[in-house]
Amino acid sequence: MKLETFDRIDNISRRGLLGAGGVFVLAMGLPRAVLAQATEPPKYGADAQSGGWRDDPALFVAIGEDGTVTITCNRAEMGQGIRSSFAMVIADELEADWARVRIEQAVGDEARYGNQNTDGSRSMRHLFLPLRRCGAAARTMLEQAAAKRWGVNVSEVAARLHEVVHRPSGRTLGYGALAKDAAALAVPDHRAAVTLKAPAAFRYIGSTDVRAADGVAMTTGRAGYGIDARLPDMLYAVIARPPVYGGKVKSVDKAAAQAVPGVVQIVDIPAPALPSAFQSLGGVAVLATNTWAAIKAREALTITWDDGPNGTYDSVAYRAELERSARAPGQVSRSDGDADAALGKAAKRIEAEYYIPHLAQAPMEPPMALARTSADSCEAWACTQDPQAARDLIAEALKIPVAAVTIHQTLLGGGFGRKSKPDYVLEAALLSRAAGGKPVKVVWTRQDDLHHSYFHTVSLERLEGGLDASGRAVAWRHRSAAPSIGSIFGPDPKHQLPFEQGMGLRNVAFAVPNFQAETCAASAHTRIGWFRAVSNIPHCFAVQSFVAELAHAAGRDPKDYLLDLIGPDRTIDPRAMGDTTNYGEDPARYPVSTARLKAVIAAVANGVGWGRKLAPGRGLGIAAHYSFVSYTACAIEVSVTDGQLVVERADIAIDCGPQVNPDRIRSQMEGSVVMGLSLATLGEISFKDGRVQQDNFDGYELTRIDAAPKITEVHLVGGGAWDAPPGGVGEPGVPPVAPALCNAIHAATGKRIRSLPIRDQLSS
Amino acid sequence: MQLTINGKNHIYSGDGEMPLLWYLRDLQGLTGTKFGCGAGLCGSCTVHLDGAAMRSCQLPMSSVEGQSVTTIEGLSADGEHAVQRAWREHGVAQCGYCQSGQIMQAAALLAETPKPSDEDIDAAMAGNICRCGTYARIRAAIKAASAAGGRS
Repeated sequence: MKLETFDRIDNISRRGLLGAGGVFVLAMGLPRAVLAQATEPPKYGADAQSGGWRDDPALFVAIGEDGTVTITCNRAEMGQGIRSSFAMVIADELEADWARVRIEQAVGDEARYGNQNTDGSRSMRHLFLPLRRCGAAARTMLEQAAAKRWGVNVSEVAARLHEVVHRPSGRTLGYGALAKDAAALAVPDHRAAVTLKAPAAFRYIGSTDVRAADGVAMTTGRAGYGIDARLPDMLYAVIARPPVYGGKVKSVDKAAAQAVPGVVQIVDIPAPALPSAFQSLGGVAVLATNTWAAIKAREALTITWDDGPNGTYDSVAYRAELERSARAPGQVSRSDGDADAALGKAAKRIEAEYYIPHLAQAPMEPPMALARTSADSCEAWACTQDPQAARDLIAEALKIPVAAVTIHQTLLGGGFGRKSKPDYVLEAALLSRAAGGKPVKVVWTRQDDLHHSYFHTVSLERLEGGLDASGRAVAWRHRSAAPSIGSIFGPDPKHQLPFEQGMGLRNVAFAVPNFQAETCAASAHTRIGWFRAVSNIPHCFAVQSFVAELAHAAGRDPKDYLLDLIGPDRTIDPRAMGDTTNYGEDPARYPVSTARLKAVIAAVANGVGWGRKLAPGRGLGIAAHYSFVSYTACAIEVSVTDGQLVVERADIAIDCGPQVNPDRIRSQMEGSVVMGLSLATLGEISFKDGRVQQDNFDGYELTRIDAAPKITEVHLVGGGAWDAPPGGVGEPGVPPVAPALCNAIHAATGKRIRSLPIRDQLSS
Repeated sequence: MQLTINGKNHIYSGDGEMPLLWYLRDLQGLTGTKFGCGAGLCGSCTVHLDGAAMRSCQLPMSSVEGQSVTTIEGLSADGEHAVQRAWREHGVAQCGYCQSGQIMQAAALLAETPKPSDEDIDAAMAGNICRCGTYARIRAAIKAASAAGGRS
């Protein structure tokens, strides 16, 4: 049975799965022909996102009579700098003075603003051109208004830095003076009457001199996050949730909690049916006049739990299950040649198993939301990556029209995928209703965040390679066992969905004649969700570690071996590798380019000084990956002394096509290195008796400044052509870091790490 | 009990166990100081207590009687403390959530050690987690603030 319904979905949000008639199409076997879309041409990129895209300046640009340009941003700001980048593109084409630009967040309304789901490293790659057109259209309208005012031909005027000039006479009119007239004009038909700037004329796009939009606020404590939202008479809610996914309250004694000063109300939230999608996990909520009272009162609740079907989930036992699953044939994900036969005939056969446990996104700001619910409406403020999903979820739960739900999007103190799931926003809406309409802010503590996340999946990757007599890889078989994100939305598929397979399992650009990738069954026993870079993390860790293991077996330099494996310069249709998802992009527009992959490898190899003589105890490692239609590579130098690991240097390169905001691309790469090191060395979410074992940052450790690389060097590669298809930036930096690190450790010590996190493995 | 926050006197007569963090945020509306872990492990809640960098989530109100608290809002009148300026010049912040705590910690470091070494910086700042991974720029900004005089 062909799983056609999943073919073009790169981000399985619940809304993404709903067909045209609102029919939930995840159910296997439901023929797609039921929906009208069966005969439509495939949609890619921004066209395929729910809500599509908009470029109408009336939506995004407002100019006041004082000349202030207010740009409305329809993406969540969570550190990737999208507020600044979004506004920079519009402001550039608009010929606005950056100092006179302010930025507002759009309320959740995809019908109006187009898709707002900030996820999948899609914002700039989908919106670069629409935003340029938007700014250019607004500029055109200002020029038309000025020409009309002067009674001259519009060809005689030009917008230049917040004013329109009449070239022959030198007369000028400021944007403030023109704003009203311009707004009354019809928005020009973009494709006909609007000219985009020649890149040579860019002021902000591609510049490193643009002052970040929120810099002052973020350095003075004035930036407003979800946790900071306030309303008069607001109650604070802290919720005791079932410790096991699928559990519910068996009994609760509220008396002691009720007696804590400041407690106003204790509310039971029903547990959801499984799978729970974006529903609240349920439990017992304490509403109080301040956070501290709510926290204290929750501690005073005495609750017994019915743990439900996942009460025996144990990470140690589960690992053994994954290993058993990966050691038998699975479902074929990609098959070139005959890997089975070629492995049998190989001169040398190498096998390795790689394990990565669950991870928690752990944004520094835990999930937070404030809501005020009336009988027929709801207004909420939340640090959400997907305000429309929050809107839909609340409307459905409260049985009110979507139009009656207003979601104000605050800044996010980190997202990393956790905040694209609006369960916490729903909790606030439900509790406000239970509190008779009083505003309620739901506060997740760090323990709540670590216990009740949508965790990165857990995986066991089994690699088998066959070398010929000269050490060339002639056979490659990758069996990947990991529970799927699909398990939170519908019946557990038990095998990774096509979009997960298209994250470095099947779409590996190697010139190996016999290449097989398989998914092996793995059941989900907790909520699994997006964690920055998603399944690219375990797939790339395994693939790039294994390349180095093959190189070692062949007695060859790992970087040269990797380049040989990739093979000659060529572009590969992702579909030729079995990948029908390609991050939602058109395979014709975004083929996989081995030349681009080799270029980022060359950049980091060069940067780190690959091939130089190193002191004993030091080693270099390298890894590269294609993800989110960008190309990244990482090279790391480590020193290991008496079992102590020091990351001396990390070079990271990205080719993301056009580089709209180069400084933010650099900072995303710098941050990706740290996040990659964190998951490689420290962070593990483990389960016992169905419960998460880590309570805070003592149990779930994160990389701190003293373990950051001594030197971090970012290389921005390519980027010359502004009309080249843009690639993602937020996530691609993460996957190659862990394998580069472990390859460096092997080079330094001869010790091969196959199981993350590293923790104490070097001391033995 | 009485305490001073950013130069203003306050009187508090509630739960002595309430951490200063929640008093600042919930009762005083000073939301610049952030909550990240509630266990003194992440540094997001860092304030100055009589000049010393402290984790406000670990300071019960009963322990700060008569003392002088400075929050990020009070670090400078106009956001122009050398550390704040350096932070902006180096584009340190990504999501920005941990940065109030980072800035307060860095300001305290420079007040005590105007010319910190790399080791001094790492040691002083190791209690402040940044999930976005801005550490390389934090180091650079502290050095720049130090070179610029560092204290105000």
